[in-house]
Amino acid sequence: MHNKSINQLAKSLRAGEFSSVELTQSFLARIKQHQALNCFITVTENVALENAQRADAKIANGDTGLLTGIPIAQKDIFCTQGIKTTCGSKMLDNFIAPYDATIVTQLNEAGAVMLGKLNMDEFAMGSSNETSFYGAVKNPWQTDSVPGGSSGGSAAAVAARLSVCATGTDTGGSIRQPAAHCGITGLKPTYGRVSRYGMIAYASSLDQGGPMARSAEDAAILLQAMAGFDNKDSTSVDRPVPDYQAGLANSIEGLKIGLPKEFFGEGLSASVGAIIEKAVEEYRKMGAVIKEISMPNLKLAIPAYYVIAPAECSANLSRFDGVRFGYRCETPKDLTDLYTRSRGEGFGKEVKRRILMGTYALSAGYYDAYYIKAQKIRRLISEDFKKALADVDVIMGPVTPSTAFGIGEKIGNPIEMYLSDIYTIAINLAGLPAMSIPAGFAEGKPVGLQVIGNYFTEDRLLNIAHQYQQATDWHQQIPKGFE
Amino acid sequence: MALTADDVKKIAYLARLGIHEQDVTAYANDLSGILALMTQMGATDTDGIVPMAHPMDQSQRLRADEVTEKDARNRFQAIAPQVEEGLYLVPKVIE
Repeated sequence: MHNKSINQLAKSLRAGEFSSVELTQSFLARIKQHQALNCFITVTENVALENAQRADAKIANGDTGLLTGIPIAQKDIFCTQGIKTTCGSKMLDNFIAPYDATIVTQLNEAGAVMLGKLNMDEFAMGSSNETSFYGAVKNPWQTDSVPGGSSGGSAAAVAARLSVCATGTDTGGSIRQPAAHCGITGLKPTYGRVSRYGMIAYASSLDQGGPMARSAEDAAILLQAMAGFDNKDSTSVDRPVPDYQAGLANSIEGLKIGLPKEFFGEGLSASVGAIIEKAVEEYRKMGAVIKEISMPNLKLAIPAYYVIAPAECSANLSRFDGVRFGYRCETPKDLTDLYTRSRGEGFGKEVKRRILMGTYALSAGYYDAYYIKAQKIRRLISEDFKKALADVDVIMGPVTPSTAFGIGEKIGNPIEMYLSDIYTIAINLAGLPAMSIPAGFAEGKPVGLQVIGNYFTEDRLLNIAHQYQQATDWHQQIPKGFE
Repeated sequence: MALTADDVKKIAYLARLGIHEQDVTAYANDLSGILALMTQMGATDTDGIVPMAHPMDQSQRLRADEVTEKDARNRFQAIAPQVEEGLYLVPKVIE
């Protein structure tokens, strides 16, 4: 039952083939069995079984919600009332959230069953899940490789069938990159589409939550429950939410695909490049028209991002002061010592590096040279996308320059790690929606195809992904030992 | 631009961020490397470009000046490291 889609599970639950409690127990058993992957920080067994019992009662009463009784898992960046919410950090190892994130409320209301809280890079800062206070997550396809990050626990759990689907967040690629490395389907929605309320902030002008699932169809169902305007999020966009499943079956005949030449140059591994070309060829066979495009400012995305994100992070993370919640150092001698040591002992290395970088970029005398300059570059990058998307319907390319690297391989070299975000971060700077779709394997590890669309075209992206998944079976591959 | 160990200590103080003495050089090297990456931005002419803070150039929404939140002090303070009579406790500030 752990290989079924959400639609199939919803049917089985109503046909009485098994109950939500049985389904939940089966996933809880799998989580226990595959503990070595380190996907979960907290398994909420009691909450899950209570949710499942309630779901079974609702189904018996004729409830038709597709997510009712479906086991899902939450990235540990989303606040869950009464449940430990760590954000992958020692700083929040003792933090029991006093309220629910909006998307947690939405998924609870949709009747989903919460299996637990998923491992992640500390405060979502990382591309490999190795910065987590709770240790690295292992990639189910090759357990000495990283699952990607920061939503690495989410991607690995979905790929290993430890949860039907999961939530993730994406500030610079944190949904798409782990989705690509673990062979699952991930969607970063348009900035403002999914509420950020109760999602622990990293870089507020870039952060966006989204669905991580085994197929575009499942991702559509999950996004349906997550998307929408939220008064509690000041940057939420007030726009109607379309029916994401309705257009999945639409033909993509005549779809105009742009391939930016900057995505296929130096730095892209030959094996990944070949798979992306093959995937694009598949789209051509389905009736798409391919066009080469150019986005000259893309190369500036990494420097701009690594100014803006750390700057916002240094401001956001100033709330962790050892006074109101979270970690507090022992026997502080004065207030400065309390702040300095609580933060020094509570944060890990990568978080400290970004706080330092951001503090520097925002400090007197450097603000214009770094932060304002980066915000201007951000507009140039956004204009590049605007121009490109006036001419083509979607942009395609790789998600990552190579397949998943080895655990320990890049953690000592932060810049090399940052450079691996090259194909994903520009999309966050522009605020556009983008997906990662399984497109094949290189060196035995999954490769993701990235599809980038115009603002609020999540329905179209899901349609494009779904059509590819009707023609190929890459998304149905299961890592060995997790069948 | 390269940062010195003293620069790093100054930035760490601004951020009220404790870092170990033995890590200062490593941070100085890492940050200098990252700053070298940033210099790529300098080559691009951005005169007259309006800085972009929100992807949709949306500005902050205003709401009516009405009380919408209930008092949740007890709930929030239940997770604080140290509170007394509704107040957060910190080491003595004024001698």
